[in-house]
Amino acid sequence: MAQPHNTETGVPHEAGHSTAFPPLDPNNFAPQLIWLAITFAALYTVLSRVALPRIGEVIEERRDRIQRDLDAAERLKSETEKALRDYEQSLADARNKSGAIARETRDRLAAETERERAEVDAAVNAKIADAEKRINEMKTTALSSVNDIAAETAGAIVGKLLGEDVSVAEVKKVL
Amino acid sequence: MPDPIHQFEIKRLVPFDLFGLDATFTNSSLFMVLAAGIISGFLIVSMRGRSLVPTRLQSLSEILYEFVANMVRDTMGAGHGAMKYFPLVFTIFIFILTLNMLGMIPGFFTVTSHLAVTAGLALLVFVIVLAVGFAKNGVGFLKLFVPSGVPIYVLPLVVMIEIISFLSRPISHSVRLFANMLAGHITLKVFAGFIIMLLGAGGAYGVLAILPLTMATALTALEFLVAFLQAYVFAMLTCMYLNDALHPGH
Repeated sequence: MAQPHNTETGVPHEAGHSTAFPPLDPNNFAPQLIWLAITFAALYTVLSRVALPRIGEVIEERRDRIQRDLDAAERLKSETEKALRDYEQSLADARNKSGAIARETRDRLAAETERERAEVDAAVNAKIADAEKRINEMKTTALSSVNDIAAETAGAIVGKLLGEDVSVAEVKKVL
Repeated sequence: MPDPIHQFEIKRLVPFDLFGLDATFTNSSLFMVLAAGIISGFLIVSMRGRSLVPTRLQSLSEILYEFVANMVRDTMGAGHGAMKYFPLVFTIFIFILTLNMLGMIPGFFTVTSHLAVTAGLALLVFVIVLAVGFAKNGVGFLKLFVPSGVPIYVLPLVVMIEIISFLSRPISHSVRLFANMLAGHITLKVFAGFIIMLLGAGGAYGVLAILPLTMATALTALEFLVAFLQAYVFAMLTCMYLNDALHPGH
């Protein structure tokens, strides 16, 4: 067992303090209350004037900053969406326009081809008609020449047979 | 056996007289000054950077701030009127918490284990509640003692009970903290005394010392919890009493 006069700190007991239970000893009230008032008032002043407003400011500033950043992000997002919509709109416009140009070109080329074909047809038809006319002429000429040739031939045959010359006119007359 | 009461003794360090009052600087005063210094120093130094992205110390300060701010907002409403009392509640909470925690260090004095200190704080709250209650509501503050919806024939009895419970608030408020700290520290010291007694007895008794050692270890953990919890409870009750002063209608 520990020695009766020594405590864990090695300080001997003072006789006057062992009579009252220290936490309830009225002799201790005044100094404790006075120093409580002094320290509490000092601490309250420092905290309410300096420390707490500073912490509050930093927290507030961070909250504002986060809110600002969120707002900015929201704004950028809506701008992006608008740009995307514009792009899609202009893409659709361009597509429509190119379709129109293609259709127009096709129609124009088809019309041109048609016109050229008609011209060629007309030229060809004219040439055909011309050629047919010439053929007919030649046929008529040839047919008329056949009579002459036949008459001549017949005259010649007759002349040979009769031994005298027979004129073509005479043969024709006979025929 | 070591005296479990010795740790509560007031040691008069520097005798000091203030207008005839005994304002001796004692070991209790020393720890109050120490606590106030640690709190101010920590809160100011940790916030020195004012970083948007907090350092570890700064975020500890901010957590303490938010913890008490939420306590005030939850019990007294989020209005500006309630946040006016935030510095008071914060100072009470952090002061008691620091004094309790300093008391957990072996050899250190536990300021909150003395009734004078806890009663002083409880009376401060009581007086502020009365002052704020009458300043904000005038005679309407007395509505606090007249709960609505009570039949007229039991009303006198209920009003009497309400008044008595209101007047006993500073007693329960102060004794709760004082008794918890006192009893916890005595229990710790008693179990620590058993260890020394058993070891001193020698032989087989020395082996038995493991039992109070286990107990003292577990109690130390419990005491840390109590040290925090009692500071929290004291601050929470302060908020609730102030809420009564701001909104006396039940």
